[in-house]
Amino acid sequence: MSPQNIRELRIVGFLCNWCSYGGADTAGVGRFVQPTDLRIIRVPCSGRIDPLFIVRAFMNGADGVLVSGCHPRDCHYAEGNFYARRRLEMLKRFLPITGIDNRRFEYTWVSASEGQRWQHVVTEFTRGIHTLGPAPSFNPVSETEWNKLAVQASEGQGCPCHG
Amino acid sequence: MAKIAYYPGCSGLGTSVEYDSSTRAVCRALQVDLVDVEDWSCCGSSPAHTVNHVLSAALSARNLAQVEGMGLDQVATPCPSCLTNLRTAAHKMAHQDFRDQVNALLDIPCRTNVETKSVLQVFDEQVDPQLILSKVVNPLTGIKIACYYGCIMNRPPVLMRFDDHENPMAMDRLMCALGAEVLPFPLKVECCGASYGIPRGDIVARLSGKLLDAARRLGADCLVTACPLCQMNLDLRQGQINRALGENFQMPVFYYTQLMGYALGLDRTELGLNKLCVDPHRVLGKIKQPVPVK
Amino acid sequence: MRIGVFICHCGSNIAGTVDCPKVAAKALTYPDVVFSTDTMYACSEPGQDGIIAAVKEQQLDGVVVASCTPRMHEQTFRRAVERAGLNRYMFEMANIREHVSWIGKIMEDNTIKAQELVRMAVEKLRRNRPLIPKRFETVKRVLVIGGGVAGIQAALDCADGGQEVVLIEREQSIGGKMAKLDKTFPTVDCSSCVLGPKMVDIAQHPKITLYACAEVESVGGYVGNFHITIRRKATYVDWNVCNGCGLCLEKCPSHKHPDPFNENLCTAPSINIPFPQAIPKKAAINPQSCLKLTQGKCGICATVCPLKCIDYEQKDELVDVDVGAVIVATGYDLFDWHKYPQYGQGRYPDIITSMQYERLLSASGPTGGQIKRPSDGKEPKNIVFIQCVGSRDRSVDRPYCSGFCCMYTAKQAILTKDHLPDSQSFVFYMDIRSPGKLYDEFTRRAMEEYGAHYVRGRVSMIYPQDDKLLVRGADTLAGTQVEVQADLVVLAVGAEAAAGAAQLGEKLRVCPDQYGFFVESHPKLKPVETNTAGVYLAGACQGPKDIPASVSQGSAAAAKVLGLLSKKELESDPAVARVNQPRCVGCGKCIQTCPFGAIKEVADRFGNPKAEVIDTVCQGCGICTVTCPQGAIQLEHFTDNQILAEVQALCPPKIFANYE
Repeated sequence: MSPQNIRELRIVGFLCNWCSYGGADTAGVGRFVQPTDLRIIRVPCSGRIDPLFIVRAFMNGADGVLVSGCHPRDCHYAEGNFYARRRLEMLKRFLPITGIDNRRFEYTWVSASEGQRWQHVVTEFTRGIHTLGPAPSFNPVSETEWNKLAVQASEGQGCPCHG
Repeated sequence: MAKIAYYPGCSGLGTSVEYDSSTRAVCRALQVDLVDVEDWSCCGSSPAHTVNHVLSAALSARNLAQVEGMGLDQVATPCPSCLTNLRTAAHKMAHQDFRDQVNALLDIPCRTNVETKSVLQVFDEQVDPQLILSKVVNPLTGIKIACYYGCIMNRPPVLMRFDDHENPMAMDRLMCALGAEVLPFPLKVECCGASYGIPRGDIVARLSGKLLDAARRLGADCLVTACPLCQMNLDLRQGQINRALGENFQMPVFYYTQLMGYALGLDRTELGLNKLCVDPHRVLGKIKQPVPVK
Repeated sequence: MRIGVFICHCGSNIAGTVDCPKVAAKALTYPDVVFSTDTMYACSEPGQDGIIAAVKEQQLDGVVVASCTPRMHEQTFRRAVERAGLNRYMFEMANIREHVSWIGKIMEDNTIKAQELVRMAVEKLRRNRPLIPKRFETVKRVLVIGGGVAGIQAALDCADGGQEVVLIEREQSIGGKMAKLDKTFPTVDCSSCVLGPKMVDIAQHPKITLYACAEVESVGGYVGNFHITIRRKATYVDWNVCNGCGLCLEKCPSHKHPDPFNENLCTAPSINIPFPQAIPKKAAINPQSCLKLTQGKCGICATVCPLKCIDYEQKDELVDVDVGAVIVATGYDLFDWHKYPQYGQGRYPDIITSMQYERLLSASGPTGGQIKRPSDGKEPKNIVFIQCVGSRDRSVDRPYCSGFCCMYTAKQAILTKDHLPDSQSFVFYMDIRSPGKLYDEFTRRAMEEYGAHYVRGRVSMIYPQDDKLLVRGADTLAGTQVEVQADLVVLAVGAEAAAGAAQLGEKLRVCPDQYGFFVESHPKLKPVETNTAGVYLAGACQGPKDIPASVSQGSAAAAKVLGLLSKKELESDPAVARVNQPRCVGCGKCIQTCPFGAIKEVADRFGNPKAEVIDTVCQGCGICTVTCPQGAIQLEHFTDNQILAEVQALCPPKIFANYE
C-alpha cells in the first residue's frame, strides 16, 4: 500500500450517493478547503452500510470512520437512513466492548446542498481524530511475524494456536 | 419578592435626583425590596468606555462584584446608560481573556453571575400587574401620554434581551394600567441628541425638537421618559430648543416613576415634581378626580 | 482481468494540485492494471476516443477514470466504454476533483490521496461483473403539481405532445401569482390577457384533467410507474353541476372574510369564485367563515342556487392516478415583511406589499384600478417603493436575490405615473439588477421618462406624521440621510419557498435546499431534473424566477417528460438486489425492510420459502443486503465484497483476507 503521509491519519468515510456524497461535491465545487485525511467510499444509501464495514476498517487499522447520510425524513429511498441510524447508534455503543474507542466513529447527516456543513463536519471530525492520535494496534506482534503467519496460513499450515 | 440590589448611578445623586427618589418610593409601594449597592462607584460610562474598554468594564465589574459580595444575584438601575455599561461588562467578560484582563484590575474578582436589569424591566417582569392595579388611587384618567424609551433602553437587542427593540411596550403597558391614555408614539427609540447637549446644542435642538414635535402632533399632553439624559435634553433644554427652532413647546417631561408615584398616591415631596423645568401642574390638573365611592 | 486507468487533468482543475502523471505511474503497480495514462480532458471527444482506442488495443476488460465526481460524468464514461464494446458496469470512477484537487492545497498530500482513490476504484472494478438492464413499460400520463404559469405551460406542452396530463392546483383556480398581477414587465402588457387564454386552453384541452382545490396525498412507485393519491378538498359545491353563475356570491350574507386573492385588501363572501376569469369557474365555500358550516344556520346559497349544487355534507375525496412522470411547479410565497420591525409590523395601514399594490393597480381589483390608500381611500401623491424587503439580507436569513423585484418595482413606478400623472415615485434600492432582454432599458425608462426618483440606500424606519408616513433612509451615493414624506409605502417583498414545499418534497423524495427551494439535479446541465428519476421541476419552486424564466422551465420540463415517455419501454438500472437462492433461508426480513415492496416470497422446487427481487421495482438502496442474516441477498454493483475490497484498499489487512 502506498506510504502514508506522516501528517495524515487514516480516516474512512462512507457516504450515501444522494445527499452526503453530493454535499461533499458541493463543498468541492465551492472550494471549501478541508483536511486531506479522509477517503470517501460511495454507497447508494446509508442503509447500505453494514456495521461490519466499519468494524473491518478499524480492525485493519483505520484511525477514524465517518458515516454520513441524508437528513432523517429526506432519504432518497424513503427510510434507509432510519435503518442506518439504528444500526450505527447500536454500533457506536457496541464499539467500546470490542476495544475500539467510539470517539473514533461518528455518523452525521449532510444534504447535497450543505457544502459548508460538510466542510465543518470533516474539519471537526479530523481534528477530533488527530487529538486522539493514531489508533492503537490490534496486533501486538510485529508485522514481519504476521506476514510469516499469513504465508503459513495461505499455504495451509494453520496458525500456531490451532496447531 | 427577593431582595434586589439597587444601583442609582451618578445622575441619581445629581441631575435626576427626582428619578432616584421617585423610583425608591414606587418600589417601596410595590413591595420591591431594594438594597443599595454598598460603596458603589462609577459604571464606566462615557469618559471611560471611549478610551479603554477594559477599564470601563472594570469599573462596572467592580460594582457587580460588590453585588456578589452582598449575596445577591440581581441588580436594578433606573439609568439606561448604567444599564448598558453593566450589561456590556458582563457580556464581554463571558470571554475568558477579557475577564482575566478585567479581573487583573480589581481587588475582588468579578464572577459575572449577577444579572443587571432596568427598574422598568423589574416592574414589567417581577411585579404582579394586579398589585399595581390594586394600589392605584389617583388614576391618570384624562391625560394623553407619549412614552419615550430612549435609544439604549432596549438596544442592542442581543445585549438587552428585553422588550421589542424597535417598538418597546413595557412603559406603555404600565401607563395604561395607571389609567392614562397612551398614544402610539412612533419615535420611542429615537436619539434625543444625548451628550451632544454640551458641545453641539444645535444637534440636540434638532433631534429633541423632532421628538417634542411628534408628541405634539399626536396630541400628547406630556412625554414620559426612563432616562436621565433624555429627560434633561427634553425638559431642561426645552427653552433652548424653542429658541433654536422658533417653537413654543410647553410639554412637561416626566420620569415614568413620577407618574407612577402620582397615581399610587405617594408623598409628593418624594416624587420631586417641583424639580421639573417645564411646569407639570397644568397637565396634572387635567387628571380627572376619581369619583368617590359611596 | 485487464484494467486500464485514465487520470484526467481536467485542464488545471486537477493537475493544478495533483501530480497526474505520478498517479498514473503508480496505478500501473496495482493488480490487474495493464495500462495507465494521464489525459488532458477525459470527458472530451479525444479523451473518450483515447479510452475506446485503449480498450481495443490493450484488450481491456475494465476501465477506471479518475476525474470529477461520478454524479457529473459517470453516465458519459459508461456510454464510452459501451461504445468500446464493454459492459457499461465494467467501469469505475475515482473522484479526484471535488474530493481532492478542489479541497486540498498541498500537492504531495493530494497526489497520495488521488493514488489511493484510484487504488480503491481498481479494487472495486476487479470485483465488478457485467450487468444487463431489464426493460419495463411506462404509464403514458403526466402529473403536473401546481397551476401557476410554469405548471400551465408544462401541462399544455405535455398535452400538445400527446401525453395525458393530470394538473392539480391547491387553490380554487389555476393562474397562480401571475393571475393577480396587473401588467407584466418589460412590455407592460396586461397579465390576464396573456395568461387568460392559456388558462382557458387548460380547461378545454381534451388531454388535460384539472383538479383544483387538490393536493398530493401520497406518492408511490418509481419512474414510469408512479402511483399518486390526490386529495380533493371539500368545496361544499358539486362542481360537476355548478356553472359558475355567481348567484350564491351575491346573496351570501357572510362576506366579512378577508379576500386572499385580493391580498386581504377587501373582503369576500363565504361562498366565492376568486376572480372573473377563474378556471375552473366554480364556486366554493370557505368553511372557516360560512355561517351554515360554522354555526349551522343560514343555508341561503343552497336556496338560491338554481342548479341545487350546494352540498354542506361534502367530504374530502381521494383520487388515485398512475403516471409515468411528475412535474413539480409549486411556485413560491412572498416574504413575510413583518419580520422587519422598522417597517411598523402592520401598525400603519398605508404600508403595503408590492402584490397588494398590484391588486390596487388592477382594473379587476378591489378599487377598480384606482390607486387609493387603504387607510382613508385618498389618492396618494408621493409613493415610496422599498426594494430588497426579504432579499439579500442575512439578518432575516434571506441572503439570496429574488431577482424580479427590481423589475416589478420599475413597472409599478411606471404604472403609477400612468394612473396618477401628478404623483412622484421614490425607489430605495441597493443595486438595480436587470439582466434580461429589454430589462435594463425598462428600468432606465422608469427613471428617465417616468421621473421615478431612485435613491440608493436602505430605509431605517418609517413612522407616521399626521396623515403621512415619514420614510427615513440613507442615500449612500450622496452620503446623507434622507427623509421622504410619503402617502403610501410599497414594500418590494422577495420570494421564499412555498408553504408545504417541504412536505411535498418528502413525498416525492426531492430534496429542498437550505431555504426550502427544490434542488435540481445539476445547477447548469440538469436544471429541471431532480435526483429522483421521473420527477422534474418547473418555475419558482426551484428558486425565484420571473415569468419568462418560469415559462421556459415549464416547457423544458415538458420536453424532458415527452422525451422520457416517447420511449416505449424504459431500462431499469440493473444495479439491483439479487438473491442467492441456495443461501436464502426464507426468513422474510428483507421483505419487511424493503421500502418499495420490491421483494416477494416464492417457493423453491421443494416448497421452501425463498425471497425474490422484482428487478423493475427495486431501487437499489441495499437496505435488504445489510438486513439479510445470511448474506444471501446482495446489491449488485455494491456487494459486500466490493465495498469490503474498497475498505481493504484503504486499510490493508495485516493477514490475508479469509472472507472470500
